[in-house]
Amino acid sequence: MLEATPKELVERKALRVNPAKTCQPIGAMYAALGIHGCLPHSHGSQGCCSYHRSHLTRHYRDPIMAATSSFTEGSSVFGGGANLRNAFKTIYQLYDPDVIAINTTCLSETIGDDLPTIIRESRESGIIPEGKVVIHANTPSYVGTHITGWSNMTKAIVTYLADKTETPPETPYINFIPGYVEPADTRHLKEFLAQLGVNAVVFPDTSDVVDTPQTGSFEMYPYGGTPVEDLHRTGNAQTTIALGPDASRAAAKELETKCNVPYQLLDLPIGVAATDRLVQTLIETTGITPPASLKRDRGRLVDIMTDMQQYLYNKRVAVSGDPDQVVPMTEFLVSCGAKPVYVITGTSSKYFKQRCAEILQNVVPEAVIKDDTDLFYLHQLIKNEPVDLLVSNVYGKYIARAEDLPFVRFGFPILDRVGHSYFPTLGYQGSIHLLCNILNTLLERKDRDDPDEVFELVL
Amino acid sequence: MNNPILKERADQVHRKGNAPFQISCDRDSLAGAVSQRACVFCGSRVVLYPIADAVHLVHGPIGCAAYTWDIRGALSSGPELHRLSFSTDLQERDVIFGGEKKLTNALNELIDRHHPNAAFVYSTCIVGIIGDDLEAICKRMSEEKGIPVIPVQSEGFKGNKRAGYNAACRAMSRLVGTGNIDDVSPHSINILGDFNLAGEIWIIRQYFERMGLQVVANITGDGRVGDIARSHGAAVNVVQCSGATLDLAKMMKEDYNIPYVRVSYFGVEDMAESLYKVANFFPDDPSILEQAKALVREELSVLYPQLQAYRQDLEGKKAAIYVGGAFKAFSLVKAFRLLGMKVVMVGSQTGTSEDYQELHEITDEGTIIVDDSNPLELSAFLQEKDVDIFVGGVKERPIAYKLGLGFCDHNHERKEALEGFVGMLNFAKEVHSTVMSPVWRFVPRNNK
Repeated sequence: MLEATPKELVERKALRVNPAKTCQPIGAMYAALGIHGCLPHSHGSQGCCSYHRSHLTRHYRDPIMAATSSFTEGSSVFGGGANLRNAFKTIYQLYDPDVIAINTTCLSETIGDDLPTIIRESRESGIIPEGKVVIHANTPSYVGTHITGWSNMTKAIVTYLADKTETPPETPYINFIPGYVEPADTRHLKEFLAQLGVNAVVFPDTSDVVDTPQTGSFEMYPYGGTPVEDLHRTGNAQTTIALGPDASRAAAKELETKCNVPYQLLDLPIGVAATDRLVQTLIETTGITPPASLKRDRGRLVDIMTDMQQYLYNKRVAVSGDPDQVVPMTEFLVSCGAKPVYVITGTSSKYFKQRCAEILQNVVPEAVIKDDTDLFYLHQLIKNEPVDLLVSNVYGKYIARAEDLPFVRFGFPILDRVGHSYFPTLGYQGSIHLLCNILNTLLERKDRDDPDEVFELVL
Repeated sequence: MNNPILKERADQVHRKGNAPFQISCDRDSLAGAVSQRACVFCGSRVVLYPIADAVHLVHGPIGCAAYTWDIRGALSSGPELHRLSFSTDLQERDVIFGGEKKLTNALNELIDRHHPNAAFVYSTCIVGIIGDDLEAICKRMSEEKGIPVIPVQSEGFKGNKRAGYNAACRAMSRLVGTGNIDDVSPHSINILGDFNLAGEIWIIRQYFERMGLQVVANITGDGRVGDIARSHGAAVNVVQCSGATLDLAKMMKEDYNIPYVRVSYFGVEDMAESLYKVANFFPDDPSILEQAKALVREELSVLYPQLQAYRQDLEGKKAAIYVGGAFKAFSLVKAFRLLGMKVVMVGSQTGTSEDYQELHEITDEGTIIVDDSNPLELSAFLQEKDVDIFVGGVKERPIAYKLGLGFCDHNHERKEALEGFVGMLNFAKEVHSTVMSPVWRFVPRNNK
């Protein structure tokens, strides 16, 4: 299928082939699902909402609920205000959510709908009932990527809901923003914070929303999601720890601007070093003493790294994904002895370029680091000089097949396998799972490729 | 939770038996509904994308291309160009200054690299607003490159999916009539409205060939630009599906006086009926009808004994159907009946009043008939009717599973061929495997 990919690299300015990103609204919708009792609402054509829901449904294999303003030709001429007001009426009559989180689309942005005014007027005229929360984020599809959308909606949560009250809370706590991660990761990070004895408001929290159990009933608003009361409390927190700068910086900064809550930005805790930095930061900001169980978790991660180091040493790896994921993944691979020779992302990201360069400049000076690019380009790189392993979201499977590469699915979306929403890849424990996945993929290939005379029982 | 059926939607739901049949449909979804419907672009994209030797360039922000990248298993026996994702990835500056130059450059690069037999350029919401002149650019590129470069007027907000089907048909109609028809037999057809999911068009095409007919063009499953260009040489257009390609058949009737016939390949009765209907277009050669009859006999003699085993287990089980087009629903109702099952709910996203009238006629008393439904309604109906299997698409699947019901994808994500006589067997297998799976023993519904 990818036979047509030429080796020759040419500068492309007009054409995107096999994208390594998607548009803002889906990220905003996913972030909105991390609020308890929230119905995301897409202010645009029906198709946007339908596509985002389908895509998220394929990735999580769970019902994904969101409403749409169902734009028509008339709305594109006269504006989408009437549609949104009608939408409020329908939504409260039919679905009665506690929170509506509206994301815009390229259409509503370009025709210039003024959402704050529409929301304010709808509240004044009683279309939005007393006590109901409505927030919005501007997420034009022609700016940034799905990561930008997540970031904007997470920031909007703060803008609309964070309160700073006069009296400080009795028990101090921190804000913890996990970034654009899987529900399994957020669940694990909450357990991790509990293990360390850190009191935190974690948001947005999509665990128990998009990975719900089989209960025999269809729940419009599942058990999980950060409750609105907790979101109000974020303004009174001691500090904010935000993971994944591209996804979480905006919200953390907004908390500082609006409520004077200082923040620390960290890489997602993938691998020993990044998780160590998170633990260290938690020690410094909250004064906790890490329990012995945490040291043992760390020790087990280091144990598997040492047990199996020979299988990763000097392996050439191509990594594609979102900046916040690729940076610590690259660091983790380097710490295991592998050589990430190509690291790419579809999102424009200074963070990505700077951090990857820092991580790779001494160990893999020949590495190609490129943001704002696509999988066609990555395939070209691989065709010029092959790799031993490809790490990417599901769309890497075409390249893996064309070049017969061992392939680890990692990131968003994964449309053809299960487990990503159940097994974390963050923290010491999550990193163990991730590393096992990488190692087993390589060993599976070795067994497949080894001729009989070197095929071994014990590896 | 309130009553799941909103009063504004009450006339889009009908329960057979308690009143004269009446249903509202073909109207815009209520703003604010969690509608299962998509947009104009989606309609155009699903119809055109199986044309495998064309380049499909989405002129818009990245999302429209990303969400439609290879999501529908429209198989090709040759080129795979349609499975790549091409987009102009419009940025803010393009929205301000226009995307025409970018589009021209993108087309230049794509056509020079892939040497496609045609290029389709899809317009998206934003292009409809900023007003890029797709028509002019495509015309110029056609002249420069010597291949058809065809704009698809598929701005998302200009209607629903049906409008997208129409835009796709208008785009294809530009190809029709441009090819050489010297070697087209008078006993020939085009297959319209089949997208070769799981290789279905290969099954159907082979049936027609066994009847002695020449298939000129697949429109669009495993489709080729050159075949569509000479499709006006065929004697009959055989149109499947509710409306995706019906407009093209109507255009070809108008422009080339080619008659069309509407068929369905799902289920035994409809499949056989379709072959006979087509054969009857060729009264000058009675052997065609003879072949069709022989084919049906032969296939049924193999199929029926195999179906019986499944029927035994499935007898009396209850099914619910919610699909894109209502035409498919007719066949499904009959197919379930053949398996001894009862259809207790049936609905579609885009059915017309004639469609629903027909559904009303072929369903049993008490059946719920619904237009443009939403998850809350659907789940209420499924629970009320204590359904064993739900047939739907990607967004319906997890709802069925959460309720603890079997599910069969009759949409994009179909993995087994469900058309033809062998398709009926596959359907029976799939229904059987999901209904009879032991996992339902563990869900609360069966575990009280």
